[in-house]
Amino acid sequence: MSHPKKGDKVTFKIEGRTYDGRYGDSLLEQLRKHGYEVPSLCYHEAVSPYGSCRLCLVEVKKGKKQKVTTSCNYPVQEGIEVFVNTEKVRRYRKVVLQLHLSKTPKSKAVRDLAAEYGVMETPYEVQEQDKDNDCVLCGLCSRVCDEIVHVSAISFTGRGQNKRMQSPYDETAEACIGCGACVYVCPTDCIGLQESDGIRHIEKWHRDLPLQTCEKCGKQFFPTFMLMEFSKRTGISKDQLNICPACRNSVV
Amino acid sequence: MARIDSVSELEKYRAQLVAHRDPERKAISVCTSGCIAYGADKLVDAFRQGLKARGLDDKVDVKTTGCHGFCERGPLVVIHPGNLFYQRVQPGDVDEILDETIEKGENIDRLMFHLDDGTVMACEDDVPFYKNQKRLLLKDNSSLDPYSIDDYIALGGYGALGKVLAGMKPDEVVTTVKDSGLRGRGGGGFPTGVKWESCRNAPSDDGVRYIICNADEGDPGAFMDRALLEGNPHAVIEGMIIGAFAIGHPGKPQGYVYVRNEYPIAVERLGVALEQAREKGLLGDDILGSGLSFDIRINKGGGAFVCGESTALMASIEGDVGEPRAKHIHTVEAGLWDKPTNLNNVESWANVPLILDRGVEWFTAIGTGDVRGNPWGGSKGTKIFALVGKVNNTGLVEVPMGTTLREIIYDIGGGIKDGKEFKAVQTGGPSGGCLPADKLDLPVDFDELTKVGSMMGSGGMIVMDEDTCMVDVARYFLHFLADESCGKCITCREGLVQLCSIVDRICEGNGKPEDLELLDELSETVSEASLCALGQTAPNPLRSTMKYFREEYEEHINEKKCRGGVCKSLITYSINDKCTGCLICKKKCPQQCISGEKDKLHVIDQSNCIKCGVCMDVCKYDAVDVN
Repeated sequence: MSHPKKGDKVTFKIEGRTYDGRYGDSLLEQLRKHGYEVPSLCYHEAVSPYGSCRLCLVEVKKGKKQKVTTSCNYPVQEGIEVFVNTEKVRRYRKVVLQLHLSKTPKSKAVRDLAAEYGVMETPYEVQEQDKDNDCVLCGLCSRVCDEIVHVSAISFTGRGQNKRMQSPYDETAEACIGCGACVYVCPTDCIGLQESDGIRHIEKWHRDLPLQTCEKCGKQFFPTFMLMEFSKRTGISKDQLNICPACRNSVV
Repeated sequence: MARIDSVSELEKYRAQLVAHRDPERKAISVCTSGCIAYGADKLVDAFRQGLKARGLDDKVDVKTTGCHGFCERGPLVVIHPGNLFYQRVQPGDVDEILDETIEKGENIDRLMFHLDDGTVMACEDDVPFYKNQKRLLLKDNSSLDPYSIDDYIALGGYGALGKVLAGMKPDEVVTTVKDSGLRGRGGGGFPTGVKWESCRNAPSDDGVRYIICNADEGDPGAFMDRALLEGNPHAVIEGMIIGAFAIGHPGKPQGYVYVRNEYPIAVERLGVALEQAREKGLLGDDILGSGLSFDIRINKGGGAFVCGESTALMASIEGDVGEPRAKHIHTVEAGLWDKPTNLNNVESWANVPLILDRGVEWFTAIGTGDVRGNPWGGSKGTKIFALVGKVNNTGLVEVPMGTTLREIIYDIGGGIKDGKEFKAVQTGGPSGGCLPADKLDLPVDFDELTKVGSMMGSGGMIVMDEDTCMVDVARYFLHFLADESCGKCITCREGLVQLCSIVDRICEGNGKPEDLELLDELSETVSEASLCALGQTAPNPLRSTMKYFREEYEEHINEKKCRGGVCKSLITYSINDKCTGCLICKKKCPQQCISGEKDKLHVIDQSNCIKCGVCMDVCKYDAVDVN
């Protein structure tokens, strides 16, 4: 029995059409690449797939078996046949969207996405604790923080209905460098980053970081703490990093 | 303790042990597993002190053993030789046992098991509870001292390992397990040998392959794996060493037992057993001179039910949050630390030495179907069930696959408590299905249970009587699973919470006719679209009760009636004319809402009644009705 390796060339079918890909590629990415529309909240190509929002459902036929699965964490394999719009996929996705609507009733992103798929309301009760919470628990913020920023400042805590994305003990996230990558990837814009009076304030992680003033133009740009971390990692002196990207570019 | 360096030395050592053992030597085996809850530890102390006082402590052994199975009658004591069976033994009985039974050889009638017609059953094997079982894995539990590797070796232990190392190639071992038709006892029912073969064939760049024993037994009321680990830990260890040889040799197989921290006795006994096996050279480098190197570490669980799911278990060993991941690439290829990993349940591992020792033909003669050429073709061997609930003989039961539910519940379990009617049995733990009376003749095996909407699971079996409300049962298990959901995927996390909320309102009398349709649609989505087996199976209790007991849901919704008399919002307590006016219910009512004078009919004030049922529990005259 031969074992395929990541990156091996494979051929597979989507809706009857044949495509080439690499063993282990995310099926969701392949679908989007070839123009098939599949919704998702918890997927971002920069980080590993997680499979929590259950929106990117498709049906995959492998050998004799055909089943519904999420496509983000499904590795493309030789000979699979993918169906993106079956009756089951539509039916389950509708219920999943209804669950999202009851979990994050106020999120514009969730409501817009649901509306795109014709789901305007939910038959499910909104739990008291979810009324004003827009977090869909997709975990993108912590995956970016772990896998890209490498500071792991935040994490999931609790389980089941008590699962939350939090800073340690829900106190100041001391490891957070204030880069804002989490804010950038959040699909529902629920982390909250503000800057005022020379401070970058990230509400959800209880983090306040003073901003560096550019030595050339005098504008405040990045948190000083973040620049110190960059200096440590890259070996570039802190003095060089005290100039804002715009001024640095104009110098070059 | 000297290290044993070869298979022939092991056999010599065994022969010496057997030769030095006096088969007539007396031993008192006390279950110190579940029976500790009945105070069995005090009983052990009393036996030891009593023997010392009589100067018999070097002539009679006291063995602290694993679970004997008949938990209903604990604390259990078996006296050897002869397997004399004493039940419900208290420290106050010890002197009499020592004086009469140990010293004079007299049986004590009061402590023996009596049939309803008065017939006395002296020997453990004669008691119907045991007689109707086929105890292969549990048979040694009432005689084996789990703290003694010599006890295990004297009974033939590590003989299968010796046979494997002396004369078999790894591939032959894999083929033997495959041909035996052994399927995963953790509940999945996947053919063990097929899994072993995939793991053996999966490439590993540095030769490391992990061999894991899943002992994270979390089903409420289930304790099969606990009984094996506490009663016979070396059988599990021997199975794992054989697995390491078959799957990982030559190479670097490494072992883990992931065991619940809530099982302190199992953790302790397993730890002692591992240490003894190392001292004997049965674990570590160059086991029995075969060139196989393998050791096992204990990893204590962190208390989450979901960590019994294989990928969550592996994440937990790695030090991550115990969350499952999708298994599109199987753990046999990339499991623990992305290495090929073979995980089997405790009971599966314990079966391995038996199969290697006695052979495929012997094993395949037990159970259902035909597994020749198709490991999915049947269910072979025995299965241990934790028989609990409204059944007379609760305890651990080991039967051949294919035994019917009726045989288990009536012949072994002694039927329903207090002469009530059977209503349902739930198999497979909290995410198993509830089966009605017309399924009692179903032969219990992996495939038959799945066909009717339940599952084997790890072997929980909860019997329910006529006073059970099936909607309430579904509600209970949904809440358990919603609490234990890791919360990673929305269908399980929110889906279960919403199922709970709908079933709650049905139980509270606020259900709407359209709720049934909503439950159907949502439960199907949770089953089909959840990430791991916890979510995929969580709706089983709901879906099976809606299938077999739909009328109860309809009654709750349409007639606001709970026929089991359980759902508080739908019932009222009242006092009938059998009331003698004894005043007891009046005194015990926590709301003080029962009025009445001595010798006169009492009345419950419905406006203050909280439906706690205390009046009904304390009434000796059957004068309280629930409507």
